[in-house]
Amino acid sequence: MTTLLQSYAEIVGADVIEQLHQLARQLAGRRVVHVNSTRVGGGVAEILAKLVPVTNELGIECDWEVISGSPDFYHCTKGFHNALQGNATPIPERLLRVWEETNAYCADQLREKLESADIVFIHDPQPAALLRHMPQRRGRWIWRCHIDLSHPFRPVWRYLRPFVSQYDASIFSLADFVQRMPHDVYLIPPSIDPLSEKNIELDQSEIDEVRVRFGIDPDRPMICQISRFDRFKDPLGVVQAYKLAKKFAPGLQLVMAGGEATDDPEGEAVLREVREACEGDPDIHILLLPADAHRTINALQRAADLVLQKSTREGFGLTVTEAMWKGKPVIGGDVGGIRLQVVNHQTGFLVNTPEGAALRIRYLIFNGGERRRIGAQAREFVRENFLLTRHMREYLTLMLALQHPGQQRIELG
Amino acid sequence: MTESFRIKDCALAEIATGSRAQNLRELRDNLEHIDTDSIYYHFWGALLRPRFINREFNNDFAEWARRGLRDYRLSERIAVLDPTAYPETEQLRRELIELIEERLEESEHVPWARKDEQFHFRRSKIVVFDTGIELSRPEQLVEAVPAMSLGSVFYHFIDARRREPRGQNDFQAWLGGCGEAYHGLCLQLGSIDPFFQSLPELRRQLSDGFRNWFGSAHS
Repeated sequence: MTTLLQSYAEIVGADVIEQLHQLARQLAGRRVVHVNSTRVGGGVAEILAKLVPVTNELGIECDWEVISGSPDFYHCTKGFHNALQGNATPIPERLLRVWEETNAYCADQLREKLESADIVFIHDPQPAALLRHMPQRRGRWIWRCHIDLSHPFRPVWRYLRPFVSQYDASIFSLADFVQRMPHDVYLIPPSIDPLSEKNIELDQSEIDEVRVRFGIDPDRPMICQISRFDRFKDPLGVVQAYKLAKKFAPGLQLVMAGGEATDDPEGEAVLREVREACEGDPDIHILLLPADAHRTINALQRAADLVLQKSTREGFGLTVTEAMWKGKPVIGGDVGGIRLQVVNHQTGFLVNTPEGAALRIRYLIFNGGERRRIGAQAREFVRENFLLTRHMREYLTLMLALQHPGQQRIELG
Repeated sequence: MTESFRIKDCALAEIATGSRAQNLRELRDNLEHIDTDSIYYHFWGALLRPRFINREFNNDFAEWARRGLRDYRLSERIAVLDPTAYPETEQLRRELIELIEERLEESEHVPWARKDEQFHFRRSKIVVFDTGIELSRPEQLVEAVPAMSLGSVFYHFIDARRREPRGQNDFQAWLGGCGEAYHGLCLQLGSIDPFFQSLPELRRQLSDGFRNWFGSAHS
C-alpha cells in the first residue's frame, strides 16, 4: 500500500521527504495534539486532515481533538472571527460566558490527553481558553492563529489577548497579520494539499464534462474567479475587467463560482448586484456551488486560461495557490498574501483596478506562450513553497525550536 | 589526514519581532536597536523562505525601499551592499544606517509607505541536524553535492560564514585541510558569489565546480 509520504514524494521529490524524516527523528517519542472546533469544512480542518496522519507516518504520535458547544458558543466564536478581522461588532457578555464555560467543560473532557502531551497546538480563538484550565500541563502550548489580526476590533481583542498571551508561542500566517505578544511569534504560511479533491490531477474527460455541464465553450478562452460573493473579493470589479477585455477578445467567457445560498444578507446583496451587472451576457456564468464541490472547482480552474483573484482585501489567498498549482497565471489584487505569491511576469500580475486587470487579461489571452511560461513557473513556485510538505517541515522545525527555548541556534545530533 | 566532512542540514524558523517601520526614519530608528540576528536574516534569510526564485533584490531592505517607499535611488544603493564584505553584522548595520541617513539628509520629505506595506522586522532560529552522511575523500563531493538538500547548501555555504573564523564556507575549510592539492579548488569556491544566487543555482554551480575539478587532471 502506498503511504501518504510516498504519494507526496512523487510530487515533491524524495529528498524533501527524507528531510522531513530527519527532522522527525529528533522528535521521536514526543506526543503532539492539535485542537480545533471542526472536523470537516474550512481550511483548518482540511490541513489537519492531512497534517495529523503525515505526522504519525513520520513516527511522531499525533492526535487531533475537536471541541464543540451549543449554538451560542458558535455564535460567540463567529463574532470573534469577524471582530478580529476588523468588524466593529461587540460580543454580548452572555455569549462570552458561554465561550468560557464551554472551554472549561471541554478542558475537563480532554484534560488527561492535553496535560500529558509534549506539544499542543490550539487553532484559532475557539479553544483558546483551554490553556487556563490546564495548570498541570507538562508540554509546550502554541496558539495557531489563522486569522488576519492586523486590524482587530479593539474591545474584542482586549478581551481575548489575556487568554492567548499565556501560551508559550504563537504562529501567524504572515508578518502583516501579527499583533505583539509576550512570547515568540512564529511565521508559517499556510499550504495546499496536492492530493486533496480540490487539487488532485484530473482526467481531461472530467474537465470536459464540467465544461459541458455549465455550458462553457471549449473553443473560446475562459477566465474565472473562485470566491464567495463578498465585496472584498471585488466581483463587480471582475465583471468590469471582463467587459473591458471582451472589447478586444469578443469570444471571452467569464466564470464566477462561489458558495450557494448563504445566511449573509450582505453576500446576497453583492450577488444581486453582480447578476444585474452581468444581465444579458450569455458568456458570463455565475455558479453557486455546494460546499463540497471540490472536484468541480478543481475542473473549472483547470479549464480556465487564467485565474483572477481581484481582492481588495485578502488573507493569504489560498485560491491563488490552488490556481497556480494548476499551472495557471493569476491576476490578483495587490493585497495581503497575494503579494507573496504573485510576482509580475513570473507567476501572474498584481493589479489595483479593473482597468489593470483588463489589461493583463488581454496580454495573457493574446500571448499563449507567455501564459504557458508564467503558468509553468507558478506551478513550480507552489511546488517549492506552498505545498503541505513545506508546512510540515516548518511545524517540525518549530517543535524542535520549542524544545530549546532561548537558543537562536539549535544544533542537534 | 584531516577529519571527514559530515553533511548537515538546517531549517529556519521565522519569527516576527513585532518591530515595524512605515517610513524611512522609523526604519533607521529600528535599525539602531534591532538585534543583529534580524539584520542577518533580512540579508540572507530570503534564500530559505517562500520567495520567487528570480528575485529582483538581494536583501529585504532594498526591496522595501523600492516597493514600499518607492525610493528607487535608496533601493539601488542598499542593493549594492554586500554582506560578505562585512566580517561582523554590526559593521553591516552601521553601513546600512549610514546609507539611510545620507538619504534622509538629501530628501526634502521622509519617504513613507502605505499602511499595508510596512517593513516588518523578523529574525530566525536555525535548527541544524546531521544527515548521517559522511565524506572521507574530497572527490566524494562530486556525487554528494548534487544530492544535497537546499538546507544543506545554505548551512555549508551561507551559514558557514558566521561559524568559520575567516568567513569561509565549509567546503573551503575542509579542502584547505586536505592538502595543497586543493588550493586551486578553494580559490574557485571562494570566487562564487552566493549573494546574487538562489540556492538551487548555488547547488548547480558547486556541483559543476566539483565535477569539473575532479573530472580533469586534478583528480
